[in-house]
Amino acid sequence: MSDDTEDQIADTETLPLDAWHRRKGARMVPFAGYHMPIQFEGIVAEHNWTRQQAGLFDVSHMGQLLVSGEKAAEELEKLLPGAIASLKPGKVRYSLLIDEEGGILDDLMVTNATPWIEGDEEEGTEGHWGEPAYYLVVNGATKWDDIAHLREHLDDDVTLTHMDDHALIAVQGPNAATALNRVMRNVIDDMVFMESVVHDFGEWPLRITRSGYTGEDGFEISVPAEFAESLADRLCAEIEVRPIGLGARDSLRLEAGLPLYGHDITTETDPVSADLGFALTKRRREEGGWMGHEAVMKVLDRGPVQKRVGLAIEGRMPAREGASIYSGDTQVGRVTSGGFSPTLERPIAMGYVDTAHAEEGTELEVEVRNKRLPAKVAKLPFVPHRYHRGK
Amino acid sequence: MARYFTDEHEWIDVEGDTATVGITDYAQGQLGDIVFVELPGSGTTLSKGGDAAVVESVKAASDVYAPIDGEVTEANEALEDDPALVNTAPESDGWFFRMTIGDKSQLEGLMDEGAYKSFCDGL
Repeated sequence: MSDDTEDQIADTETLPLDAWHRRKGARMVPFAGYHMPIQFEGIVAEHNWTRQQAGLFDVSHMGQLLVSGEKAAEELEKLLPGAIASLKPGKVRYSLLIDEEGGILDDLMVTNATPWIEGDEEEGTEGHWGEPAYYLVVNGATKWDDIAHLREHLDDDVTLTHMDDHALIAVQGPNAATALNRVMRNVIDDMVFMESVVHDFGEWPLRITRSGYTGEDGFEISVPAEFAESLADRLCAEIEVRPIGLGARDSLRLEAGLPLYGHDITTETDPVSADLGFALTKRRREEGGWMGHEAVMKVLDRGPVQKRVGLAIEGRMPAREGASIYSGDTQVGRVTSGGFSPTLERPIAMGYVDTAHAEEGTELEVEVRNKRLPAKVAKLPFVPHRYHRGK
Repeated sequence: MARYFTDEHEWIDVEGDTATVGITDYAQGQLGDIVFVELPGSGTTLSKGGDAAVVESVKAASDVYAPIDGEVTEANEALEDDPALVNTAPESDGWFFRMTIGDKSQLEGLMDEGAYKSFCDGL
C-alpha cells in the first residue's frame, strides 16, 4: 500500500472530487501523482457491493484526450494496431500504444467521437457528421508520456486536446444501468457495451460510455470538473450506488482478468505475449503501417516465449507481484499481479510463464517467502464478465 | 497481567513468564480486511524487532515484528480458519502467538495503554 509513494508526496496534486472523497470518509493515498481514495468502508465490502449493486469510482487521474481533424483516423492508425478508420461514430475500441520494439507504451480506449451536426431547414442543410474526432482515455501514470508520443508522431493537421478540465466518473455493477436510468431517463436505453453518447444533462455536457474495468456492466462518465461533485452526489443519491476506492478497483479488475499497465503490461511486454491479440485487428496485422508492426508480427509468427496467464493458488496465502513461478526446480515465470479474490474467497494471480507451461490446468508452484504454493494455470477471467451486449 | 504496546502497533500481554502478542485495533484498521496470517511455529526463536509473522490484507502483505526476545510456545490456530478474527477481535481472540520472555528489561521500553493512545493520536 505504501510502495513508491515516498518521493511523490511533495508534488502530489488534487483532483476535482478530492474534497468530496474526504467528506465521504475516504482514506487518501498518492497514486499516479494525485491524491486518490484507496478505500471508504473497506476493500472487501466495496468489492462485494460493486459485484452485487453498483459502485462509483473516481478515475479522474486518467488522461482524457481528443484527437480531431480530417486525417485523425489515419494518423491514429500510425500508432494504434486497431482499425480506427472503420470504427463508427459512437463506437468504442480497446487499443494499445506500441513502441518500435513491440513493447506496450500504454493501453487505452478509443471512441469515435465525431459529432453529428443537425440539419437546418431554413438554411436548407441536411444533418451530417462533423469533423472527425476521437476520444481517448489513457492511464493516469502514463498520460504525459502518451501526450508527448502523440504530439511527436501525429501530423500537424491533427489537433490533440488534453481534456484536463474534465473529471471521469465510473459507475460499475449489475445495478449501474438501473441507477443511471433513474437519474437520466432513456439516455442509456439503446446503448450496449463499448458504445458512447454525448448527453446534455441540464447544463452539464456529459459523455457517457458503456465500458469499465471491473468486468461488470457499467458506464464511464466524462464531466466538466466544475460539475463533478454535483454529478457524484446525484449518482450516490441512488440507493444502489456507493463510492468505491482504488483498492477494490484493483481486486475487481484482477478477478476480471484485466491487465494493469505498469504491472501486467509494460514496454517489456508485447501484445501477443500479453494475450491482447484481439487488439490487433486482422486487416491491420496484414497491412501494417503502425509503429511496432514488424516487431509484433515477428512474435506472432514465431510464437511468444512467454504468455500472460491466470493462476489459481491453492490455500489462502496470496502471491503478490514479483513472486517467482516454478515448474519443478526450474523458474518458468513471474507473478505480475496477485491478491485475494473477495468473490472467490481464495488467492488469484496473473503472471507470465514460458509458453510450454501456459496451457490451462498446468500445475506449477509459486514461491512466497521461501514457501512453494501449488498453483494451476487458470482461465481468465476468474469471475465471468457481465457486460451488456444487447440481443 | 500487564499490557504493553510497541510503536509498530503490536500489543503484548505479560503473565508470569509468558507473553501473548497480537496487533492493535489501530493496526487492523490500517491494514483493512485480513485474509491470511502466517504465524511462527512453536519453538521459533524470536529477537526483538525481527520478523515474527506476516499479515496479508486484500491489498498487501505486512510484517509483524517481535516485541521482545523469546521463544514461541503457541500460535493461534483459530486464525488459520478465520483470519478475519484479527479485524473483529484484534486485542482478544485475534491474538497471534504466545512466547517466553527472554529479557524482562526489554518490557521497560514499551508503552502502556495511555502512552500508546497518545502515540496513535499523534499519527
